[in-house]
Formats: sequence, structure tokens, C-alpha cells
Amino acid sequence: MALNERKERKFMRKKILKISNLHKTFYGFRALNGINMNVNEGELLGIMGPNGSGKSTLLNCITGIFPNTDGKVFFRDKDITGWNSSSIFKIGIARTFQMVQIFPDMCVLDNILGALQESNGNMLQRLFQVNESKEKEKAMGMLDFLKISHLKNENAKNLSYGQQKLLDLGMALIADPSLILLDEPLAGVNLTLGKEIIEFILKLVKKKSCTVIIIEHNAKIMLDICSRIIILNEGKKLAEGKPEEIKSNKEVIKAYFGA
Amino acid sequence: MTPVESKNRKELVNFSTLLIFSFFVILWIIPYFLNLYTVYVFTWLLIYIIAAYGLNLILGYAGQISLAQAAFMGIGAYVVAILTKLDYSFWIAFPLAGLLSFLVGIILGFPSLKVKHHYLAMVTIGFNFIIYKILMNEEQITGGPYGIMNIPRPTLGFISFESDLSFAHLVLIISLLMVFLMYYLLNTKWGRAFKMIRENEVRAEVVGVDLRSYKLVAFAIGSAYAGIAGGLLPPLFGYIEPTLFEFVISFDFLLMVLIGGRGRFVGPILGVSIVILLPEILRITEQLNLLIFSIIAIIVIVLVPEGASSLVDIAYKLFTGKKFPSLTK
Repeated sequence: MALNERKERKFMRKKILKISNLHKTFYGFRALNGINMNVNEGELLGIMGPNGSGKSTLLNCITGIFPNTDGKVFFRDKDITGWNSSSIFKIGIARTFQMVQIFPDMCVLDNILGALQESNGNMLQRLFQVNESKEKEKAMGMLDFLKISHLKNENAKNLSYGQQKLLDLGMALIADPSLILLDEPLAGVNLTLGKEIIEFILKLVKKKSCTVIIIEHNAKIMLDICSRIIILNEGKKLAEGKPEEIKSNKEVIKAYFGA
Repeated sequence: MTPVESKNRKELVNFSTLLIFSFFVILWIIPYFLNLYTVYVFTWLLIYIIAAYGLNLILGYAGQISLAQAAFMGIGAYVVAILTKLDYSFWIAFPLAGLLSFLVGIILGFPSLKVKHHYLAMVTIGFNFIIYKILMNEEQITGGPYGIMNIPRPTLGFISFESDLSFAHLVLIISLLMVFLMYYLLNTKWGRAFKMIRENEVRAEVVGVDLRSYKLVAFAIGSAYAGIAGGLLPPLFGYIEPTLFEFVISFDFLLMVLIGGRGRFVGPILGVSIVILLPEILRITEQLNLLIFSIIAIIVIVLVPEGASSLVDIAYKLFTGKKFPSLTK
């Protein structure tokens, strides 16, 4: 027991992502103001905060969609500050978006295959390797799991919003990333589906020991599933800790729960 | 893939092979029934189809814009004209035309693909003007406004392509080859990456698509197609002059791709056929021909914004009740 716990602690202590003094300014508006945070391998970290607190900007800075104004981002002790999004994906960081981002005029299967094809091999191999049966099998497995495999030949734009959300999630997961950033995975999804997504995320963390950062407004679910929560407010870190600590933090209650 | 699906796919492939083969035979036979002038138009049309496929790759699949297709044609044409006048074989000059256009495409694309949409359009228009001015003013090399005359037609061993008919057949083979190459390209992972960039640039980059490299190769390959098309013009006409590669010609290519249906595989064939053949047919209306042509072009773009090739899809769905199978990834 003690040995197991020690092992677990050692595993948990390994940092997968380290963010130091991250600043992001949009034309004078400070969206992120000196964020410092660590993400441990295998944990499910929740990021919460009121609208406009900088949660999505933080994800955008990590994944290279926005260049940050100041500060550094390290992935497994490697400085990835200023890298472009495609290199960040290839190193093992995948994400979903708050507003679904899919390829609307491509079929569902091609959406998933497209998200898989760049993760290995080089440009030339991608030109000459035409047989994709292995990738197709993997993609179909993912579609089966997301319960949208019957729509594989349908254009992605013809899917319902919930289905598109699932597709977006599938695209983030298909290439087996080691760090997954989920931007409001439950927004606009019905309860049953939301539950399934949550179960899936938990299973993912447990089974593949992958690390998940999740942004979500539903406080009840977040306090339930996350191993640690960070609260952002006006671009600053307001609080950080285990769900129980967050629940009783007065500042958090004031800023976020509004009481 | 289930057995039923693979059987269907096999049937579809067999059917398409038959269709393509018969299409080829028909195209092979057509020139025998044409007169001197119409053989010219036929060959010209095939050459333009190659260049339009290039633009369809850039615009329709990779979602970038190029209004320099005529300039790249000019580069290809002058390479072939100058080298064959210097007694080099056409078979050396012709691949060089494609290669040089590819390289110039990379050199132009490298800085200019940082900008998008109308900014990229402006850059490429500027490039077209520069090439036109060079062709006009560098008289010692390009012959200036008079161009280059008496360009011979190629021979291959003891096969001569001197006659209009045999040259038309040569161009037919080359253009079909280029269309098949494009078909292959679009069915590789590159083809899918191009489409991903067109559909959603941010998402494409976040799933690992290296935007810079893919945009660059799409632009360069599209430009090489124009260069290859241009390389066939000097032996067709026997002479070339700068006005063949003016900016307005680039605009014609844009019109061809839009009318045919951008991002659709048969789009360029239909688009080029409509834009080249319609004015020829409308010659009977004499002065009114341009007016009528413009009206028809506007009607096509308003009524079928996805291009004439989308009519094929609609007809297929009407008759079979099924969605037209996509030809590319």
C-alpha cells in the first residue's frame, strides 16, 4: 500500500506542462497577466473562471494559436514557447475548441483521418503512401466509440451540433496525444451525452495515463471529476487546489459563484 | 470496409475505367472530324484544361488564390520557345518549362503565401504584370512585343508531330496524363491536407498540418501545371508573343475554374469548355457575342454558384436517388 502510494506520488509529481509568468495582451487589454502553473502527468486539471477570465486565451497560448506577449511554456522540460500549432500537435498536445472546429465540407471519416495523418511520417511518405487501411480501422474504432460511425460518409456540416462536438473531440483524441486540452466539452451537449463524454474522459485518464486539462462552467461536474482545479479571474490565477479546498475558498466563492 | 461496400466500390471503379476509356477514345477520334481551325481550338482547349487544373488545385483545393496563372504559362512558353530555337530538343525544353515554373512558384509563394485572400490576389497580379513587362522589354531574349516566330513542332524518334492532327493527339495524351497525376495527388494525404487548409485553417494547423509547406507545394504544383500548359503553346501556334500571357488571361482562368466549379474534379474541363467554346459558338451572333457570353456567365454563377459540375451531382441524384460519389478524398 505504502509502496503503491509512493509510486503514485512519484508518477504524479512528474511535470508534463509548466507555464511560467505567461502574459498575453490584445491591443492593451491584458487577457493573461502573469500565469504560473504546473500540470502533472496523469492528472485531470480543471480550469474555471467567469467569462472573459482568460481560460480560452490560456489554451490558445499553450497550443500556439496566439503568440504570447511574455513568459514561457515548457512541455516535458522542452521550451515550446513560440512554436506553431502544428509542431505543438506533433509533440503530443491536442485540443478541442469552445466553438466546434471541424472541416465542414469533408466527410466525417475524412475529418478523423485528417486529424490522424500528420502525426507520423514525413511529407514525402504522405505523398507516396496511398494505402490507409490501418488508419481507417483506427478511425472507424473512434467513430464507433463516439457512436457516429453510421454517419461516416456524411459531410461534417450536416451533423447536429452535439455530433459535431463529438467529432471535434474525436479529432483531438485520435492521434493518441499525451496532453489533451478540452475547451468546454459539455457546452451545448445534452445531459446523457455529457455524462458519456465525462465517463470517457475519466476512462482516458485512467487507462492511457494521459493528462487532461478541462475548461468547463459546470462547477458541480468539475468539483466531482477533477483532481485539481485552477480558478482564473481577470487574467490572473485566483486560486489553486483540490476540489474541497476550492469549494471553501472565500475569494473563489465571491468571484465565481457570485455570493 | 464491408464486403458490400467493397463490391460497390469495385463496380464503381470498373464502371469509371470503362467510362474514362471510352471518353479517351472519343477524344482521340474527334480531331479526325474537325477542320483546320477547329483542330486548333480543340488543342488549345486541352492545353488550357491543364492550366485550369493547376488553378483548381490552388484555389479549389488548397483555398489560396493565384491571379498569375498566365504569367506561369508565359514562363513555360518562353522556356520552350527559346530553347527549341536554340536547337535543343522539345523533350528537354518541355519538362524544364514545368520545372522552372515550379521553382518560380516556390520563390514567389515563399514570401507571398504569408498573406491571404485579396492581398495574395494583389501580389500575384503584380507578379503577372512584372512577367509581362519582362517579356515585352527584354527584346534580346524574348523578342519583345514581336515575340518569337517559326517555332518548330516536336518529333520523337521517327514519329513526327508536325501535322495539326498528330500534335492534337500528343497534347491529348499529355493533358490526360496531367489530369491523372492530379487525380493521384488529390487522393493522397496531400490532397486531404490541401482540403483541410481550405476548410478550416486553424483546425488544420491544430491537427498538425504544416500550413506553410502545404500551401507552398500546392501553389508551386499549380504553377507548374500552368508552365507545362504554356510549354505546349509555342509548338501549337508556331509563334508566341507577350499578349498571350497578359493579366486578363489569368482572370479568364479564374472564370473557368469558378464556372466549372472550384474544388470539383471535373470542374476545369467543364469550365474551360464553356469559356472557350461558348464564344466560338456565339460567333454567329456577331457583335452581340460578348454581351451574350457575359450574361450567360453571370447566370451560371448566380444560379449554380458551385459551378457547372454541380449540375452533374444534381442530375445523378435525380436519376439514382443517391449522392454522387466523390472522386477525390
